Amino acid sequence: MTTRKKHLLPGFGLSLGYTLVYLSLIVLIPLAAVFLRTTELSFSEFWAIVTTPRVLATYRLTFGASLLAAVINLVFGLLTAWVLVRYQFFGKKILDALVDLPFALPTAVAGISLTAIYAPNGWLGQWLEPHGIKVAFTPLGVVVALTFIGLPFVVRTVQPVLEDFSTELEEAAASLGANRWQTFFKVILPAIWPALLTGFSLSFARAVGEYGSVIFIAGNMPMISEITPLMIITKLEQYDYAGATAIAVVMLVISFALLLLINLLQWWSSHRHGGK
Amino acid sequence: MSSILRSVLLVALFSSVSLQAAELLNASYDVTREFYKDFNPAFIQYWKEKTGETITINQSHGGSTKQARSVVDGLPADVITMNRSADIDILTQKGKLIPANWQTRLPNNSVPSASPTVFLVRKGNPKRIKDWDDLIRPGVASVIPNPKTSGNGKYSYLAAWGYITQKGGDSAKARQFVTELFKHVPVLDTGGRGATTTFAQREIGDVLVTFENEVYLLQKELGEDKYEVVYPSVTVLAENPVAVVDKVVDKKGTRKQAQAYLEFHFSPQGQAIAAKHYLRPQISEASQPAFKKIHTFTVKEVFGSWTDAENTHFSDGGIFDQIYQK
Repeated sequence: MTTRKKHLLPGFGLSLGYTLVYLSLIVLIPLAAVFLRTTELSFSEFWAIVTTPRVLATYRLTFGASLLAAVINLVFGLLTAWVLVRYQFFGKKILDALVDLPFALPTAVAGISLTAIYAPNGWLGQWLEPHGIKVAFTPLGVVVALTFIGLPFVVRTVQPVLEDFSTELEEAAASLGANRWQTFFKVILPAIWPALLTGFSLSFARAVGEYGSVIFIAGNMPMISEITPLMIITKLEQYDYAGATAIAVVMLVISFALLLLINLLQWWSSHRHGGK
Repeated sequence: MSSILRSVLLVALFSSVSLQAAELLNASYDVTREFYKDFNPAFIQYWKEKTGETITINQSHGGSTKQARSVVDGLPADVITMNRSADIDILTQKGKLIPANWQTRLPNNSVPSASPTVFLVRKGNPKRIKDWDDLIRPGVASVIPNPKTSGNGKYSYLAAWGYITQKGGDSAKARQFVTELFKHVPVLDTGGRGATTTFAQREIGDVLVTFENEVYLLQKELGEDKYEVVYPSVTVLAENPVAVVDKVVDKKGTRKQAQAYLEFHFSPQGQAIAAKHYLRPQISEASQPAFKKIHTFTVKEVFGSWTDAENTHFSDGGIFDQIYQK
């Protein structure tokens, strides 16, 4: 502990001021504008817009599919990170670079290529279709697209933690008589749990807001495969700014609540393990 | 060194010249890119010969409603060229950018070209589709973009409705027909081009319902031998209106050029370029190639106005929404 009251770096006031201005300009003011725009509506109008059966169906799909995609990424992202950290094999660098591709690819490109592959006449679709599995133009397609765009988050948050995790701890666990499952669940998992949760929440948040890739693969049938961002676009196409922002506000509130919940969970788990 | 200096001077000179020359921005919809690639150079040459002024025309393309919204929100477009008068009316209603009587300021209600909604079927027409009734036969799937988000989709919906009422059916019958029709639509793409991709690349559906000019472009691009055009007995004529954005041109001082640019759409030369791109010219008969004569109606004729059609059919809770709420 080198500092008591004095900060290690000078210019705290300046950098905090900069951070606040920056966040305000880029995040807070635009979001405030969204809330402000909905004040054109009375509460009953607002409530009527955000609770029509068609809009309710989109919440279920958007949040349900995003959660499912984030869970899939949690499991397979961890697996991918594990393989990339623990094993040496030919082409590892290329595989490592591939993980970032969903970040860089324009989402429309992702949507179009996924649709092309999973359509009934596509490479994969033609084999799935005879078994009664329809991916493109169904809610399942939405999950596929959201899994794709969310993949890098879990891998990239867990990877550095795994790299820092010394194998001696595992060896110690083994020499103390722990079996492989115990080593994984009692030694490794608690250490990477906060990183996993971060990756999960990032992947989830990204999926909730996704529009570009989903729109091509979803089929966009009302009540079945429409996502909430499409509802917002639909309102805008009708020059209904207030209606569009009303739905946007609902999305914002739900997303914020869910992210807060995940952060609290993370804070709680890191405190629990950090205290030991 | 001196040569560098000379070229820098030259560039400075040219850029100052081009700053003085008039510059127009045309806010247009998605599928007019190819048309304006031909049309703009023709106008630039015409304007140069007529006035000696070198003019630059910039294009902005996107979904038509999105474009109209951008102009309302401040995109400094001198002219707006759309595929629905409703997307220009909005400039009066929301932004007060143009007067309400904008359609009377140019010939033919400011509509230089138009395109009817027709069918595209697969080679040999395996499902034997001849008219609107065939689209609701069991086992027939039609690809139509979402009328809530696409002008093209709105026209297709209104065409089907008008087909019934033009035959003497009442609105209950028409409503039943469009309800049945959209039960045969497996995918609702957000725009016309998306629907084309779904039909052509994904091989979904037996019929693509879209504009005639889109159909011809598609055939040109993907080969004439893969698809066939089917003309229904009666259909809607999608009119493509144009308007000068008064607030913008008065501020920029470009009214003269913008007005001439739009008038050029109605000239024999402009009409011929439209026809070349499979848009039916509305003024000069002479420049028409062999467009098939078909029976069409306009939105105004059957629905009164675009605003009425919007409110009854496509607003929230309107007839289109009710199709999916049962």
